Amino acid sequence: MAQITLSNLAHTYTPEGGQQSDFALKEMNHIWHDGGAYALLGPSGCGKTTLLNIISGLIKPSHGRVFFGENDVTDIPAEKRNIAQVFQFPVVYDTMTVRENLAFPLKNRGGSKVEVQARVAQVAKMIGLDGILDIKARGLGADIKQKISLGRGMVRESVNAILFDEPLTVIDPHMKWELRTQLKSLHREFGHTMIYVTHDQTEALTFAENVVMLYEGEVVQIGSPEALFESPQHTFVGHFIGSPGMNLMAAKVQGNHALVGGHAIPLQGSYGNLSGYTQIGIRPEYIEFCGAEGLPCRIDRVEDIGHRRIVRTEAAGVAIDVVMPAGAPIDPTMTYLHFPAEKISVYKDHWRIEHGWA
Amino acid sequence: MSLKVQNNKAWFLVLPVLVLVMFSAVIPLMTVVNYAFNDTFGNNQFFWNGLGWFEEMVQSERLHAALGRQVLFTGIILLVEVPLGIFVALNMPKKGFWASLCLVLMSLPLLIPFNVVGTIWQIFCRVDIGLLGRAAAALGIDYNYTSDAFDAWVTLIIMDVWHWTSLVALLCYAGLQSIPQAYYHAARIDQSTRWNTFRYIELPKISGVLLIAILLRFIDSFMIYTEPFVVTGGGPGNATTFLSIDLVKMAIGQFDLGPAAAFSLMYFLVILLVSWVFYTVMVTRDAEQDR
Repeated sequence: MAQITLSNLAHTYTPEGGQQSDFALKEMNHIWHDGGAYALLGPSGCGKTTLLNIISGLIKPSHGRVFFGENDVTDIPAEKRNIAQVFQFPVVYDTMTVRENLAFPLKNRGGSKVEVQARVAQVAKMIGLDGILDIKARGLGADIKQKISLGRGMVRESVNAILFDEPLTVIDPHMKWELRTQLKSLHREFGHTMIYVTHDQTEALTFAENVVMLYEGEVVQIGSPEALFESPQHTFVGHFIGSPGMNLMAAKVQGNHALVGGHAIPLQGSYGNLSGYTQIGIRPEYIEFCGAEGLPCRIDRVEDIGHRRIVRTEAAGVAIDVVMPAGAPIDPTMTYLHFPAEKISVYKDHWRIEHGWA
Repeated sequence: MSLKVQNNKAWFLVLPVLVLVMFSAVIPLMTVVNYAFNDTFGNNQFFWNGLGWFEEMVQSERLHAALGRQVLFTGIILLVEVPLGIFVALNMPKKGFWASLCLVLMSLPLLIPFNVVGTIWQIFCRVDIGLLGRAAAALGIDYNYTSDAFDAWVTLIIMDVWHWTSLVALLCYAGLQSIPQAYYHAARIDQSTRWNTFRYIELPKISGVLLIAILLRFIDSFMIYTEPFVVTGGGPGNATTFLSIDLVKMAIGQFDLGPAAAFSLMYFLVILLVSWVFYTVMVTRDAEQDR
C-alpha cells in the first residue's frame, strides 16, 4: 500500500492536443493519502473515469507523472501496478464458479493452492459469498456479480488501492445501501486506499471522507461533504451538490452588500468592489420567508416530496427554490425572502470569493 | 380457467400462406414420399413397396461409402474453418479504415455464386492452364486433382475453407465486438494470460454466435453439391462423391426414383435431427444464461 501522487497530471485523447478544450483532464496535482476513502464526484463526461483509468494504468496520461509512494509508475501498465478496479457493470468470468472467480487473480500471480483457498474463503466470508462458492457465476444476480468483482479486488492483500468506477449503477436501490455499507466496513477493517467514482452525490457523500469534485476535466473542490455543502468553491459545486442545488443569482457586489435587481442584500463582510461576472449563492435550506423585508418574491408552486417541501419562487426575475419542513404552512403573507448573511456565498467568474472584515 | 371468448376468424387470414406453403413445400415433399413408398414403371402406375426402398438404402454399401465421405468432409472443414475463423476474428482490426476494409474483403467470397466458386477453383487448379496447378508442377509437386483422390480432397477442402471461413470469422467478429471493454480491463488487472482471456472471456461470450456458425457450416457442408460437382464431378472414381452428388446420380443419372426418394427422405431427416439438436442446445443455453 502506498500513497498515490499525481504530479502535473493532464490528459488529452487527441494526439496533438494544444487546445485547452481538447483536454479531458486539465492539469492537476493531487495526493491520495494511504488508506483514505475518496469519492470522485462529477457529472457524466467530466473526466472521472479517465482519471481513474490513469491511476489504474489502463490509460497512460499524455502529460505529467503518477507515483505510488516513491515509485514513478506512469509507464507501468495496469497488470503490473497491483491495483484492483471494480467497473460499472459487473465483470465476472461466466464459466467459472464463484470460488474460481475469486481465486483467479491469485492463481495468475502464482499463489500456492493452500494459500489461495484460505484467502478466498476469508474474503468470501467477509463479503457474504461463502454460501455460494461452488455455484457457476453465470446465472447470478447483478448485485452478487458485483460482489464477486469486488471480491476479486479484495483477495490480493497487497493492493495499492481499490478503484470503483460507478460500481452501483446496475444495482437495485435496496442492495445499493447494503453494498455501500459493506464497502465502508471493509475500508475500516482493511484500510485499503479506496477511490470511488460516481455521479451520485448521495453515494459520494456517504462513502467518502474526502470528496473530489471534477467539472469539465478540472478539480474544482476537494473537501469533506460538509465543506462541499456549506462553502462550495465553485458555482458548479453549489449547483451540483444538494437537492435542489444552491440558488445562484447575478448580483452587483459593493462592499458589504449585494444588489440583486435593485434590492440590497446584506453580506457578512466586505468584498470591496468586485469586477467581472459576480454572483451570490445561497442554499434553499437557509432561505426564510418573511412579511416585509428582503427580496420581494412570488410563489409559483409548492412541491411536496414527503419529508420536506420545496417552494419554487421567483424573485427579481430569477427562479429561487426554498426548502421548508414537511407540512410547513404556506400563506399569502410570505411575500419576501430573507437571506441570512452568514449563509451567502459570493462568486466572481464562478469561483468563490472570501470576504474581508470591514 | 379463462372465460374469454376467442374469435377464431383470424385463422382464415392464415389460409393464403397455407396454400402457398402447400404448393412450395408440402406437395413436392409428398411427391417424394410417394416415390419412396411405391415402385413405378412409368405410365403413372404405382405399386406399393412399403419400406422396401428404405431397407435397400440402409443396407446399401454405396450409400454407406458416400455417407462416410460426407461425414469426413464435413468434419474436416468444421475442424479447419471454426478455429481458423475464430483466429481471424481475434486478429482483425477493431475499428477504423482497416476494419472496414477487412470486412469488405472477407465478405467477397460469400457473395460469389456456388458454381462460379467451383469454376474458379476448377480452372485455378488445373495442371495444364491453372495458376496453382502449373505453379505446383513447376515446383516439382506431383499434384493433379483429376487423377489423384488425395489431391481432389485437398482441393475441395481448400476451396471450401476459402469460400466459407469468412462466415465463421464475421460472426465471431460480431460476437467479439459486443464484449464490453471492462472485461479486458478486468482481465489485465487480474493478470490473466492471453489464453485465459480467450478461454474465460472471449470464448464464453461468443459461444452463442459460434454455435450458429457451426450449425450453418454443418448444414451447408453436409448438403454440398455444386462446388465439388463443378470441380471434380465426384471423381476421381467415387473419391469425392458426397451424399448430394450420389443422390443426383441415382435419381437423374440412373433414374432410380424409388431408392433416391427414400435416400432423400433419410437425408432430410438427418439434417433436421442435427438442426434440432443444435436448436435445443442453444435454447437451453440461453435459458441458463437468463436465469
